[in-house]
Amino acid sequence: MMVTTSPERRRLETIGLWLLLAAGAVVMIFPIYWMFVTAIRPRDEIFSGSVNLMPTGWVWKNFADALHHMPFLTWAGNSLVIAVVAVVITVSLNLLCGYAFAKFRFAGRDILFIGIISALMIPIQVIIVPLFLVVSDLGLLNSYWGVILPRAAEAFGIFMVRQFMVSIPDELLEAARLDGASELTIFLKVVLPLSKPIIAVLIIFTFMWRWNDFVLPLVILTDQDMYTVQVGMNLLKGQYNTEWTDLMAVALLSLTPMLVIFVFFQRQLIQGIAGTGLK
Amino acid sequence: MADLSMISLRERDETITSRISGWWRSSRSRLTPYIFIAPNLLLFSVFVFFPLLYAAYISVHQWSLIDTPEFVGAQNYTRLLTDGQFWQSLKNTVVFSAATVPTSLILGLMLAIGLNRHMAARTLLRSIYFLPVVVSSVATAIIAAWLFNDNYGVINAVLKQVGVGRVAWLSTPQWALPSIILTTLWVRSGFCMVVYLAALQSISPSYYEAAVIDGASRPQQFRYVTWPLLRPTTFLLLILNVIYSFQVFDLIYVMTGGGPGFSTTMIVQYIYRAAFANSEMGYASAMGMVLFVLVLLFTVIQWRINRRTEQFV
Repeated sequence: MMVTTSPERRRLETIGLWLLLAAGAVVMIFPIYWMFVTAIRPRDEIFSGSVNLMPTGWVWKNFADALHHMPFLTWAGNSLVIAVVAVVITVSLNLLCGYAFAKFRFAGRDILFIGIISALMIPIQVIIVPLFLVVSDLGLLNSYWGVILPRAAEAFGIFMVRQFMVSIPDELLEAARLDGASELTIFLKVVLPLSKPIIAVLIIFTFMWRWNDFVLPLVILTDQDMYTVQVGMNLLKGQYNTEWTDLMAVALLSLTPMLVIFVFFQRQLIQGIAGTGLK
Repeated sequence: MADLSMISLRERDETITSRISGWWRSSRSRLTPYIFIAPNLLLFSVFVFFPLLYAAYISVHQWSLIDTPEFVGAQNYTRLLTDGQFWQSLKNTVVFSAATVPTSLILGLMLAIGLNRHMAARTLLRSIYFLPVVVSSVATAIIAAWLFNDNYGVINAVLKQVGVGRVAWLSTPQWALPSIILTTLWVRSGFCMVVYLAALQSISPSYYEAAVIDGASRPQQFRYVTWPLLRPTTFLLLILNVIYSFQVFDLIYVMTGGGPGFSTTMIVQYIYRAAFANSEMGYASAMGMVLFVLVLLFTVIQWRINRRTEQFV
C-alpha cells in the first residue's frame, strides 16, 4: 500500500509549519533586537515604566557616551591582541599535532591522543586554583601571555584537524618522501595547502573562543587596564546602579566581531559545529 | 695481507657510517611525530595535566595561599559530605542539567526536521536560530538580565499588559533558576539544531523511498528510519550538553552571581567562591576533584550504555 499525502495538504502543512518556525525565530531574534533598541533609546525613557516595543528615538550619541563612560576601547584592544595571538599559536600547534596523530604511527600514539581528548572533559574550575598558581609562578599574572598560554593547546582543534587529515591520501606524502622532501617540507608544501578548509574553521573558532573567554581572564587579569571586553562588561554589570543604556551599547559593540564572522563565515561555523557531530 | 686488512677495515668503516646514517635517518623519521606533538604536549603538561595533579595534592591540604599548606588527609572530602551548601549546589546542577539537556535536544531536533523541508526564507530562519551560538555568555547574561529585569524589563512589561502581573524573575529563588534555564535554551537549541541538520542531510533519501514503498506513514518513517540513524548524533549531543551544563559558569556568574541566596549556585560557582572569595584552596580543589570524577563517570556510563544498546539496533 502506498501512503501518499496530497500536494494540497502538504502545502498547507508547510505553511503552518512555516508560521510556527517564523514565530519561534521572532522570539529568538528578539533579545538581540531589544539590545539594539535599548542602546539607541533616549536615556530617560528606559526607566519610564511604560515599554514601547518599537524604537522611540535614534540616539546614536549613546554609543559615544558609553565609550566616554568606560575604557571600552582599551578592553577591546586587549581582547583583540589576545585573540589574534592565540589564533596564530593555537592554529599552528593544532595543525602540527593533528597531522602527527592522523598520519604517523608511533609508540604511545593512541594513549597520548586519548589523554589529550580527555582534557576536553576537565572543567576549567577543576584546575583553576593550580592554574592560577602556575601562571603566577611564571610571573604572568596581569599579562597577555598569562591568558594566552594556558589555552594555547586546544584539544578540540587537534581533534578536528585529525579527523580532517585522516582523509589526505598517504600516497601523496609517500611520493613527496621519495622525492627527498623533508618532513617539514611535506607538512608545509603538501599537507597545509590541502587543509585550507579546516584552517579557516580553526581560525574562526579559536578567535570566537578567545574573544568570548571569561573565567581565565577574570582570574588572571586583575588590573582594569588589562581587562578584556568580557571581564569589563562584567564589571559594569556588577555596579550598584546599572546603566542599562551604556551596557546595551557596549554589549552590542562587543558582539560586532562575532556578528561580522557570523555573516561572512557562517558556512565555516556550521561546518565546525556539525563536524563534531558527524564524526 | 696488509692491503687486504686495509680494504676490510675501510669496508667496515663504510658499513658503520652507512649504518649510522641509516639509523639517524630512520630514527629521525621516527622522531618526527614526537617533534610535531611536542609543543602541544608541553603546554598541556604545564597548563592542564600538572594542574590536575597539583589540584589533587592541594585537595588534601588546608591552604589559604598566604600560609603554608597543611596536610589534613581526607578532611576536605569528609567536610563535603556534611556541607549543605555543597549538596544544594550539586542539586542545582542536576536540576539545571535535567531541565536544559533533554529540552534543548528535543527543540534542536524539531527545528532541524522543520527546517530541513523546502520553505521560504529557510536559510534566514536557520541563521536566526543559530545566531545565539556566537554571542558570548557574558553578553547573553547581560541581555537576559535586562529582559528579565523586575521593574523595567520588557518581559514583565508585556506580562503586565496581558494582565498576568509582574514576576520577580531574578530576585526570587523560585524564579531565578527558571530564568537561567530559559536563557540556556535560547543558546543551546540552535547548537543542537545545526548538528542535527547536518546529520539529517547525510541520510540518503533512498531510505525514505524504500519506507514509503513499504507503506510507512510519516511518524513510522521517523520512528524506524530517522531516529535510529540519528542515534550517534543524539548520543554525542547528550554528552556534549551534559559536559556543558556541568561547566556552566559565565552565564550564571554575570546574570545572578549564584543568587538570590544559594538558589542558582552550581558546583563550579561554589568552587570559584571557595577559592577566590573564601581563600579555601584545599576545599575548592577537593570539590574540583569530585566534579571531575562526576563528569568522567557520566561520560563512561553513557559510553557503555550506548555500546550495549547499539548491539540490539
